[in-house]
Amino acid sequence: MELNTRLQNLTVVGAAGKMGSGISLLLALDMAYRALENKDRTYVLNLVDISDTALQGLLRYLRDQAIKDAERQTTRLRQLYADREDLVENGEMIQAFADEVLTHVRTGKTLALAQDSTLVFEAAFEKEELKIGLYKELAALCPKEMYLLTNTSSIPLQALAEASGLKGRVIGYHFYNPPAVQKLLEIITPADCEPELREAAVAIAKNLRKTVVPSNDIAGFIGNGHFMRDGLHGLKEVERLAKEHGYVKAVALVNRVSRDWLLRPMGIFQLIDYVGVDVFQLILRVMEKYLKDGLHSPVIDRYIEMGVKGGQTSSGAQKDGILQYEKGQPVGVFDPDTKSYVKIDEAWTKESDALLGAHPDPSMTWKGLQKDSEREAKLRAYFAGFKNPSTLGMQLAADYLRASKAVGQRLVADGVAHRDEDVNQVLMLGFFHLYGPINSYLD
Amino acid sequence: MRQLPKPLYLAAGAYTVSLGTGRPEFNPRKARPGLEHYIQEAGKAVLSQISDPALIDEGVIGNFMAARFNKQGHLGSLMILAHPSLEYKPTLRVEGACASGGLALATGLKSVASGLAESVLVMGVEVQNTVKAVYGADILGGAGWFAGERKNGGTYFFPQRFSDRAGAFSAKYGAERARQAMAHWYATAVEHARLNPQAQEHHNRTKDLVAQGLTPPNPRSFCEHINLFDCSKVSDGAAGIIVCTKEGYERLGLTRDDVVEIVGYGHAAANLTLPPPDQTALTTSRRASAEARAMAGIQPQDLGVIEVHDCFSITGLLSLEALELAQPGGSIDLVLAGENKRTGRYPTNTGGGLIGYGHPTGASGVRMAVDLWKQLTGRAGDYQVPMTKDHGIMISMGGNDKTVVSLVLRR
Repeated sequence: MELNTRLQNLTVVGAAGKMGSGISLLLALDMAYRALENKDRTYVLNLVDISDTALQGLLRYLRDQAIKDAERQTTRLRQLYADREDLVENGEMIQAFADEVLTHVRTGKTLALAQDSTLVFEAAFEKEELKIGLYKELAALCPKEMYLLTNTSSIPLQALAEASGLKGRVIGYHFYNPPAVQKLLEIITPADCEPELREAAVAIAKNLRKTVVPSNDIAGFIGNGHFMRDGLHGLKEVERLAKEHGYVKAVALVNRVSRDWLLRPMGIFQLIDYVGVDVFQLILRVMEKYLKDGLHSPVIDRYIEMGVKGGQTSSGAQKDGILQYEKGQPVGVFDPDTKSYVKIDEAWTKESDALLGAHPDPSMTWKGLQKDSEREAKLRAYFAGFKNPSTLGMQLAADYLRASKAVGQRLVADGVAHRDEDVNQVLMLGFFHLYGPINSYLD
Repeated sequence: MRQLPKPLYLAAGAYTVSLGTGRPEFNPRKARPGLEHYIQEAGKAVLSQISDPALIDEGVIGNFMAARFNKQGHLGSLMILAHPSLEYKPTLRVEGACASGGLALATGLKSVASGLAESVLVMGVEVQNTVKAVYGADILGGAGWFAGERKNGGTYFFPQRFSDRAGAFSAKYGAERARQAMAHWYATAVEHARLNPQAQEHHNRTKDLVAQGLTPPNPRSFCEHINLFDCSKVSDGAAGIIVCTKEGYERLGLTRDDVVEIVGYGHAAANLTLPPPDQTALTTSRRASAEARAMAGIQPQDLGVIEVHDCFSITGLLSLEALELAQPGGSIDLVLAGENKRTGRYPTNTGGGLIGYGHPTGASGVRMAVDLWKQLTGRAGDYQVPMTKDHGIMISMGGNDKTVVSLVLRR
């Protein structure tokens, strides 16, 4: 079946969620441009989710984002609308484009909307049974040519496909958060995937201007394959440091080192909160089920039992989790013993400075190095000092770098990633790291 | 030849900061002052220089598009915010695109020349940072012929018109030299603005301005023959000055040293629906400024200070040619030799001009008159140029050289 024909009727399941809404936006914008360029064809984008409120929010989001996109694409719009006598000003074309985007969208709570779709994008909650249930329903409803592109970040595709009767017709299409902005798309191709689906997946990624990194069908893939183990390393370090400094301070120390010493955008516990402690737990469970690799954390289970979940509000603000937040910045740490947050105050910051030792070079920051043309040389010189660590901060950071590198190398050795560069690209693009984990900084 | 019926003067000029990107106090995400604030601030700054604001007979305010930028019409009435004593006096708003300020001066001048008024408060105002640039381009596009030009006029309508002029100029006189001259125009504008605390580019600390001005134009994101540094910025601001007779300024408590005489006045408009007869010449600007110089009885070389409407660097170059300071194409050598700098033979746009100070469209013509008045009366502070000649000239231009007001002033 021709890809252009498939693209005329698309469905997103779980469309109003954090990932689903971004995927819906990307597809909606692409479809609107496609429709303006192919006026003889009809295009439909079905957006399915379980809440009317969330779907209405999604429509508002699509409209706002379509306007923002159109404001950046006015020159293109002026060409596309050249034959529309009634549209003269930039503003008129921008509004017309936003209307065009919504013209193709159908929202609803029933999967029956997908009945004419031959490409279905799934971004439902990361639960195997839930996904299998949805796939079975879709397999029964949709045309037999239907292909399923799932945003799962951990569940093996072959298992999902076989359990739902869609053998060879499911591919992993793992967007990173937020999908509309993030360049990275991890495509996970099961061994028995139909060639037409492989080709379609790559062609669509190109349309959406994504950078594709291929992974093999092994639970967790590259992104979570690294992140989960990286997070577990941080938790293990906390356990060790807690004996001497107490649990709360140990969390704060590890979080601080993993951000400021490793020059990452977020500390490890801030990142777990960002993803959601509950999602972190779910992914660990999925990976452990398939890999049997000791991927388990009693601390994480305890957090969930106590209702410490993190994640974001519908407006994108960070909710409290392992850490407490004000204006998106960590200001406190959850104490499981008292079930309350302990503020990171000035006295504690001073104490932490004394414990960790001076930062090796305060001029080196994640933000400052973003667009530095000499970044690589500066990183190499900076990390060279970590080979013989003279402070606790440097020791923790050096251990973290080595652990992260070992995880990356193992992903290649285990066949999850095809090559070192793919692991590094996922971490640099998907996690906004300044450098890949597989590096020679400490050699 | 036309002559003014009596001696006319400009007195007590002032303008506000030009607010927009580049100013440290500008934050696009925070609320900003509106038209009311700028009218009050500039009005107060003018009227505080005279003995009694109640002596002002009339008011004129130039404004281009408040009806769209701020959803506000009826600026003649809003202008009374400048001072309570204007209540019930004749005030009005005039419009001629970016020459609105120039037209306000012309209107005030006519009132005083007619004998109906002795002193007229002339102001100009524009507050443009209310919309994103892509919508601002639509609004400013109203200075062109909407029905005939807008549909095929590109995203950024006016930059596109002047990019076409820059392209024709480059083809005729050499692209590399033209680009060099445009880059030098930009560099000089910023250098001048660094001395003017109210200029939008006052805080610009770029080390190599010429190198920045040489940035190759990008037709995909903007225009084929001009880059963003060739453009004046989006600005909020206001300016004011008093047009008066001798009796008028004396009654206001001022002396001849406080004022400059308007000795030449030219005003020309060209058909909005026709393309420019020559892309490499500002024929309307040439006509209006020649008329003003003839009335003043001066030659181009008599000019000691100059204000031109450099909405784009190419317009700056072409304006020097319209003033007959150079032959066609000769503005390149003039600018590369630095003759337009404050230290050159023809100090031009000494407070930064539209590219350096900013371009609150309806205020720009009045702001030019204020800068000439400041230079000719020795009130320009850090950007004062030693005045060895007695005359200054300004060209206030609207649209693609369609409405032009030119004044020659004598100290």
